[in-house]
Order: sequence, then structure tokens, then C-alpha cells
Amino acid sequence: MTNFDITSKTMDGMGPHGTKVGLLRVLGPTHVWALGVGIVLVGEYMGWNFAVGKGGAYAALIACWFAGILYTCVAMIDSEVTSTVASAGGQYTQAKHIIGPLMAFNVGLYLVFAYTMLEAANAITAGYLFSVVATMSGYEAALDQRPFIVLVIMFLAWLNYRGVLATLTFNLVITAIAFLAIIVLFLATSGIAGGGIMEHAALFEGYELPYGWIGVLAAMHFGLWFYLGIEGTTQAAEEVRSPARALPFGTLAGIMTLLIAASLTWYVSTGVLPWEFLGDGVNGSVAPLFDTARLSGSTGLIWLLGFGTLFATLASANGCINDASRAWFAMGRDKYLPGWFGAVHPKYRTPYRSIVFLVPIALIFALGAPLDQVITFSILSGLLGYTFMPLNIILFRRKWPLNSIKRGYEHPFHPLPAITLLTLCGVTFFAVFLGYGTQLVAMVGFYIVVSLWFHFWRYRFVNRGAQFTMPWPKPRGY
Amino acid sequence: MAQYSPPKQSKASQLIDVIVLVVLTFGALFVPLWLGLAGAAKSVATPVPNPTWETLGQTPAQAAKYEALGYTPEAAHDLILARFDYSFSIGALLTMIVVILLYYVLILRFSEVEYREVISEKFGE
Repeated sequence: MTNFDITSKTMDGMGPHGTKVGLLRVLGPTHVWALGVGIVLVGEYMGWNFAVGKGGAYAALIACWFAGILYTCVAMIDSEVTSTVASAGGQYTQAKHIIGPLMAFNVGLYLVFAYTMLEAANAITAGYLFSVVATMSGYEAALDQRPFIVLVIMFLAWLNYRGVLATLTFNLVITAIAFLAIIVLFLATSGIAGGGIMEHAALFEGYELPYGWIGVLAAMHFGLWFYLGIEGTTQAAEEVRSPARALPFGTLAGIMTLLIAASLTWYVSTGVLPWEFLGDGVNGSVAPLFDTARLSGSTGLIWLLGFGTLFATLASANGCINDASRAWFAMGRDKYLPGWFGAVHPKYRTPYRSIVFLVPIALIFALGAPLDQVITFSILSGLLGYTFMPLNIILFRRKWPLNSIKRGYEHPFHPLPAITLLTLCGVTFFAVFLGYGTQLVAMVGFYIVVSLWFHFWRYRFVNRGAQFTMPWPKPRGY
Repeated sequence: MAQYSPPKQSKASQLIDVIVLVVLTFGALFVPLWLGLAGAAKSVATPVPNPTWETLGQTPAQAAKYEALGYTPEAAHDLILARFDYSFSIGALLTMIVVILLYYVLILRFSEVEYREVISEKFGE
């Protein structure tokens, strides 16, 4: 065992990075929960319902639970590794220390693309919501959603620019309201408090599995959307006061919250909305929980779920800007990208150049691509990242066994979660192939090209030994 | 092992690196969309002329929900009847598997070479 101790307040694993000003350590476990759940909860308010379209309501439920198992494995594995690698960049920094620079570069890009695309999807949904509110308020023409999309992204980027504590405290409040809105909708429509309006049997009649079992496999593609982004809690590693405690607690509490929210969301939406309408997130139900509230006939529920949807999209976009900018910043700081991006704002202590740089990229996708495609881009990047995680934890345990570094959290049953995660990733690759095989191959082709670019060109600008910043012992086998 | 000293990169070269990365990104994400290869489009195999809720295969409970949402049978026709086509060729599936495996093998091998260099410099031979 080394003298490095992740659970210590004075030897918490932070290594030197050569920057004059560091990120501010001000966050607690509730902020970590708010970051993780805040990014993801929008998946309950929109997007998951494409899984219903892919295979029917039961297929979406099976996908919801299997994706839940996948993300439980992700949360367990991530909690162990990140409670030891207390540095911005999350899985990027993990990969850099455990597998190698090229893997880290790829993982960094997965993170940036997954979060930037998710941010774009959130902005699209917020724009849609404003148009619905305008119509409900009596506005007769079609509302131009673009100014609202731009406004959402610009406002949240500004908030992120100004400081992480305010950003994630804002997330904590609006995420809690959005989560409570789902609970209230469930209580009000299921018959527990007031009259129930659920009609599962009648609405499923004749369409229990409209595509058969291949529809169940296909539904796994969008089943990921229920939870995509929970792994983003690791991006706060350099800004939490106690990484060893806050990161595992926030992440594991987050996945538990999401498993509850996802199951309740499926239950209320499929019990009220016809599956074909629910399953078409472009021409049918863009915001299923909001549509469920509309059919409840309760004005109070409509307003509550309207605000819930808006808050969920804002919280998610907010967290995505936070996470994508940290990953981009960490790569810049290590010179994997131009070092200019590795700067910290002298006053606000945020990675401000990375925050600003990613704004136009998010805007281009929010304004120029359809919602399901944007979601697919995000899912594909996330999926590639999840496939890396089993390899990461297996190599981590092999190179630094449990008795060599003290972890803040040790996940149980190793290597079962890693094998389960790898298997479910394989199933999801097949699900993506069924509908979006071209994008999958195009995206993997992109990563092959940029990997060659990095290895043969970009890597020459990177310090070799200095990028290994954790005060760990030498890995076994080297 | 002798310590590696990276060359200093000029501002113009840094800018070019960013442009290359951004162009590749947009290419990978938008080219399939522009070429119409983005897939996953649903289609109606057998349209129903003069549709009613019954001919669209809807029970009274299902029809009532559509009416509550503001749909008529005509307006809901495509929404209800459109289906995905999940047929695929074994060749396309094998191509996808090979591309993904090739990708992971490539990055793991190159990473290992780079990683040994990092560990060697950090901890000494």
C-alpha cells in the first residue's frame, strides 16, 4: 500500500497539472447527484419514447430495465475508479492513467460528443415546449423555435462561465422539481391519490409486441436514453470537497433515483398514450410526460409537467455544458488538444475557453439536425464509452490490485459487472445497427481517422511522463 | 529513459488542428444525413383508403385517446400504420462487427505502445 490515500483530505490523489490557477473545490455529494440526475432526467421527459416506437410498450419496459442493469454496472465501475482518480476529465483521465493516451483521447471525444449532442437535443425540446405553450396561450401562427434554442444554450453557457457552484446549485433545485413532478403525476394518475386513468390493457390490446422479439432488441437503442449521462458525475472530481465520499455517494444515489423515475415514467405514459403516438418522438409525442398530463384533464398537472419538462431540459443542458467543457479542458491541459483550451478563468475558476468554444458546435446541431438523429449521435458516443469501461476496470484491478491503492469505494462481484456491461453493450450495438447502421459505421470510421491523426501527429506535442498525474505506484507488469 | 521534450506548437498550427478536428466531426455526423443514409425511416406498407378507427386496427379505447389528442383517422393514418423494416444482411452485420473490433484493436495496441513510454519515463526503467 502506498502513502497515497484517496480518503484523506490532505493526500486525496490530486497531482500537479502545471496550471497557475486550479478549479474551485466547492461541491458536495448533493451537487454530484444534481449533476448526474440533472443531465439524465430529461431522458424521462423526452427521447426514451422512441424505444416504444422501436418495439412497442413492453419492449420499451424490457429495454428500460436491461438498460438499467447496464447503467448500474456503469455506476458501480465508475464509482470505484473515479473515487481514486480525483481529476477533471472523468473517464478521459481514467483512461489516460489506466489504458493509455490514445484510448484517453478517444474517450475524451466520446464524452464531448455525447454531452454536446445531448445539450443540442435539450435545446430542441425546450424550443418545442415554448411553441406548445404559445399555442396553448392562443398564439395561432407557428412559433419560430430557433430564437429560444439559441437563448437556452447561450444563457446556460453564461451560467457555466460564471462559476460551478451557482451552476450546480441551480441544477439541484430544478432537477429536484422535475423529479417531484414525475412522482406527483404518478400519484395523481395511477389511482393512488385521486381517480386513476391508467388503461394499459386496453391500449396494449393487439400490439403487445408489434415487432416480435427483434423489436425488444431494437428498443435497447433508445432504452439507453433513460439513463444516458449518469457517468458524467465523474467530471466533478476536481471540484468536489471530498471526492472519495461525494462521487460514489452522488453517483449511486443518482442511478437509484433514475431507476425509479424511469419505471414510473414508462408506467404513466404507456397507460395513457397510444403506443404509435407515444413511440413517434418527432411527429407524435415529443414530450410524453407533458402529453400524459394534457390527457389527464388537470390544469395543475399540465403546468407542473410543463415546468418539469422545461426544468429537466435546462438542467440537462446545463450539466452537459459543464461536463463537455471539463473533458475538452482536460484534454487541452494535457496538450491532447491545443493547450489554449486548458486555461482556467482567473476570477470565476472555470474552464471558460472550452465552455465558449463548444457553444457554436451545440448550436449548429440544435438548429441543423432532427431530434432522433441528434439523440442517436449522443447514444453512439455514450455506447463507445460504456464499451471502454469494462476494459478499464479489468486493467485497473490488474495493474493496481485492491491492496495497492486505497479506494474510496470498491465495487462488489468483480468481474461480473464488467462482463455484464460488455455483453449489454454488444446487444445495444446490434440494436443501433438495426436502425442506424450507417451512422454507427460512419462514427467508428471517424474515430479510426482521428485516432491515426492523434497517434501520428498530435501526440508529438504531449509530455510523456508528466501527463501521468496521479501519485500512484508503478503499475504491475510494467 | 531520456525525457521526451515535445516541440512547441505555433498558434497557426494549433488553429489548424482545431479546424481539422471540427471538420472531421461535422463530416462524420452530417454526411450520412446529407446523403440520405441516416436510416431508421418508417414507412406505410399498405395504405388504407378512407380510413376509420376500425380499419386502422384501433379499439374504441385506443380511438378515444387519439380523439382526445385531437387526431382524426385521416390525420392519424401514417402515425398508426408506419413501421420500421428490421431486415438486414449478414454481410452488413459482419462488416459492422469487423469495423468495431478493428477500431478497438487499433486503439488498444497504439495505446499500449504509448503507455509503456509514459510509464517508463514516469517511473524509470
